[in-house]
Amino acid sequence: MMADSGSEEIAVIGNTDLTSAELENNIKNTMVEIEKWTSLLRKMEISVGEAEKRTGKNTVNMQEIYTVYLIETRPVDAVTEGIIPAPDSLWRRYSEFELLRNYLLVTYPFVVVAPLPEKRAEIVWHKLSADNMDPDFVERRRVGLENFLLRLASHPVLCNDKIFYIFLTEEKGWKEMVYETGFQAKADSRLKAMNAAFRVKNPDKRFTELKHYSDELQAVVSQLLRVRARVADRLYGVYKVHGNYGRVFSEWSAIEKEMGDGLQSAGHHMDAYAASVDDILEEEEHYADQLKEYLFYTEALRAVCRKHELTQFELEMAAQDLASKKQQKEELVTGTVRTFSLKGMTSKLFGQETAEQREAKLQVLEQQIEEGEEAVKEKNTESDEFVKTAWIDIEHFKDQKDRDLKEALISYAIMQISRCKKGIQVWTNAKECFNKM
Amino acid sequence: MSRTIDAVVSPTQTNTIPADISGQMLDLDEDDDLEVFSKDLTLADGNMFNASMPTSPGSMVNQCKFEEDEESDSKDIFITVDNPESHVTAIETFITYRVLTKTTRSEFDNSEYEVRRRYQDFLWLKGKLEDAHSTLIVHPLPEKFVVKGMVERFNGDFIETRRKALHKFLNRIADHPILSCSEDFKVFLSAQAWELTTYKKQGPGFLSRMGETVRAVANSVRGVKNRPEEFTAIQEYVEDFSNKIGSLDKVTQRIVKEQKEYLEELKEYGPTYTLWSGSEEELAEQLKGVAGCIERCCKETEEQVGHLSDTLVPVLHEYVLCAETLKAVLRRRDNIQAEFEAKNEALATKKVDRDALKEEIDKLEDRVEWANNALKGDWGRWQRSMRGDLKSAFLSTAEKNVDYYEKCLAVWETFLLSQRTEPSEETDRDNTP
Repeated sequence: MMADSGSEEIAVIGNTDLTSAELENNIKNTMVEIEKWTSLLRKMEISVGEAEKRTGKNTVNMQEIYTVYLIETRPVDAVTEGIIPAPDSLWRRYSEFELLRNYLLVTYPFVVVAPLPEKRAEIVWHKLSADNMDPDFVERRRVGLENFLLRLASHPVLCNDKIFYIFLTEEKGWKEMVYETGFQAKADSRLKAMNAAFRVKNPDKRFTELKHYSDELQAVVSQLLRVRARVADRLYGVYKVHGNYGRVFSEWSAIEKEMGDGLQSAGHHMDAYAASVDDILEEEEHYADQLKEYLFYTEALRAVCRKHELTQFELEMAAQDLASKKQQKEELVTGTVRTFSLKGMTSKLFGQETAEQREAKLQVLEQQIEEGEEAVKEKNTESDEFVKTAWIDIEHFKDQKDRDLKEALISYAIMQISRCKKGIQVWTNAKECFNKM
Repeated sequence: MSRTIDAVVSPTQTNTIPADISGQMLDLDEDDDLEVFSKDLTLADGNMFNASMPTSPGSMVNQCKFEEDEESDSKDIFITVDNPESHVTAIETFITYRVLTKTTRSEFDNSEYEVRRRYQDFLWLKGKLEDAHSTLIVHPLPEKFVVKGMVERFNGDFIETRRKALHKFLNRIADHPILSCSEDFKVFLSAQAWELTTYKKQGPGFLSRMGETVRAVANSVRGVKNRPEEFTAIQEYVEDFSNKIGSLDKVTQRIVKEQKEYLEELKEYGPTYTLWSGSEEELAEQLKGVAGCIERCCKETEEQVGHLSDTLVPVLHEYVLCAETLKAVLRRRDNIQAEFEAKNEALATKKVDRDALKEEIDKLEDRVEWANNALKGDWGRWQRSMRGDLKSAFLSTAEKNVDYYEKCLAVWETFLLSQRTEPSEETDRDNTP
C-alpha cells in the first residue's frame, strides 16, 4: 500500500485473493486519489468480487445467458475501528455499467470519463479465447470493471454523483432512476456534433491538438497491441514445441542404459519449460489490458473535444445571429439595404412599408437583439466555463496517463525479467541433466 | 582436367555458380550410404585382395594400435577439411575441399599431405571401406542434397555444413583402429588427383560387382535362420533409436522454425514503441527505452537460433544417418550368416563334391565369426561416441540457451535500473512466483 499524507482513511479493495496485477491496479488507483480533492474512496471501499451466470428473458423476450458481477462496498471507518463488518453487496450486469457511463458522459461532458473494459475480447492472440463466457475473459473483465469503478470513485467531480452512489448501493430501481433523470434527452445527437465539428471557426487550439493526439494515440496503441498479440502467439509456439522434447527424451531414455537417467530428468525440465508459457502470457495479458484502457480513453478525450466544438459552434452561431439582427436593425433605421433580402425586394416591387409597420419591426428586432445579447453572454459563459473545467480535467488525465503508463512499462520490464530468470533456471537444470548423460 | 576458376567459395559467400551440375552425379546411386552389399567375396573380411591390407584379423590387429580410448593425446594423425573451392568445366561444376593431413604413422611416406577432394571422392572412399569391412560401422557422409529448406546447392551455408560433416567423417575414420589402416584411406589422403583417378580404376570391374550384388540379394531374400540373440537385441535397439533420433531431428527443426517466426514478429514489435514515443513527451524516453530493449533481444534471439542450427541440428541429422548405417551393417552381417547357412544346408541335402563344399563352408564360417566379432567390437565404440556426440550437442545447446536468457535479462535489468525511482517497492514483485 502506498503511504502518503492524508491517505490513512483510504483502504483499497476487500477481495482477498488479489493477483499482483490487481494489487498493482489498486495501488495505482490509490495513488490517483492522493490529491487535494475529496473522493468517494476516502469514505468507502469498493470492489467487484465475483462473477456469476444468470439466465433471463431479454428485451425481445428471448432466453439469454449473461454474467453478473458482485459489487461490494464498505465504509472505510468501519475497518479502521478494528471491526470489519460484512460488506454491502449487489449484482450488476455489464449493460448496467454501460448505462451508468452513458449517463455520466451526458451529465458531465467536460469530464474525461474512464472507459469500460472490452465488451468482447478483440485484440487477442489466438490461443486466448475470444469467447465472452471464457472464465479467463470474465476474470479480466471483472478486474476491468473494478478498475472502472475505482476511477470514478477517485474522480473529484464524478465521485459525488448521486446516480453513481446509488449504482453502488441499491440494486432495485436504479435503472428507472437513471431514466427519470431524462439524460437521454440531453444527449447531443451525433449528427449535431459532426456538423459542429465541420463548421466551427475558432475552436480553442488546445482542443484541436488534443483531438489529434488522441487519434495518434489510438492508432499507435492499436498497432502495438496487435503486434504484441502476434509475438505472444509465436512465443507460445516456441515454448510448446519444447514439450515434444519431454516426450521423446522420456521414450528414448527407456532404451538407454547410461544416458537413461539424464535424459529422463532433462525431459521433465523440457515439460516444465513448455508449461511455463501459459502463466507468462496470462500475466502479459494484464499489461495489454492496461494499454487497452488508455486506448479506450482516447474515445473519452474525443468526446470532450466534440463537446467543446459544439459549445463553441453554438456560441459562434449565437454571435452570428446577433450580428445579423443588429445589421437588420441598422438597415431598417437608415433605410439602406446593404444585404439582399426578400422583404427588401418585395417592398421595392410592391411599395414601401408604412411608418407604423417599420416601427413595429424595429421593436421586434430590438427585442430580439436584447435576447440575442443575453444568449451570447450566456453561451460565452457556458463556453468559458466548459473550457476551464474541461482543461483542468484534461491536465489531470494527462498526469494520470503518464504515471499509469510509466508503471505499466516498468511492470512489463519486470515480466520480461521474470521470464528470463525462469528460462535461465530451466536450462541450467537441463544442462545438469545432460551432464549426467 | 578441371580448371580452377577465380571464384573461391568461402563459407560465407553465396555462390553464383549455376545449379545444374548433374554431370557430377551420373555414376552414383541416390542412396549414398545405404544398401551396400558385399561386392566381392575375395575382397571381404577374411581374404584381402590388396597387398598392403592384412590378410587375417590377427595381423590386422598387429598392424594398427587397437585403442580403446581415442583421446587426442594418443592420436598420431590429424586431418582437416577446409577451403572449399568451386571448379567449372565444360560439362560440370563442382566443389573441391582441401584435405590436409599431418601424421607420424609409418605407413605414410611423408608426414604432411595436402590434396583436394570432391564429394564424389568421399563417396568412393566410403564405398571401399564398407566393401572391405562390411560389418564395421562407418560414420555417415553428409547427404548429396539437403531435402528441406535448401534449394541452391552451392549456397554458402550448405557448403559450410557439408564441409564440417566431411571433416568429421574423415576424423572418425582416422580414429577407428581398423578403418584408419585401410590402404584406400591412405591413398585418399595422400594421392594427387590423377593418381587417385588411376587408383580408383583398379579393383573388380562393374560386371563382377553386379554378380556379387545379385548373390547378395539372393542371400538376403533367403533370410538368416539362427541369428544370435545379441544381434537381435542390437537390431531392436537400432529400430527404437532410429525412431527416437528421427523424432528429435524433427522436433529440433520445428523449434528452429518457430523461433525464426517469433524473431520475425519481434522485429516489428520494437518499432511500435518507437512510433508511439513520437506522440508523447513525458513518456517518450521510456518508450524508446523499451524499443531498444526489444531490439537488443532480437539480436540475441538471432544468435541463439543460429547456434541451434549450427550445433544441434547437424548432429541430430548425422545420427539419423547413422541409424540407417547401423541397419545396413546388421543386414550385411545377416547376409553373411545366411550365405553360410545356405551352404551348410546344401551340404546335408545335395549330392555334390563334399570335400570342396566343406572347405568353402569352413571359410564362410570363419567369415561369419570374423564379421560378428568386428561388429561386436565396433558396437561398443559406436555407442560411446554416440553418447559423447549427443551429450555434447545437447549440453552446448543448453549452455547457449542459458547464455541467451542471461543476456536478455541484463538488457531488461539495465532498462529497469534507469527507470526506477523507488526500488524498495518493486523488489516485492520480483519475488512473486
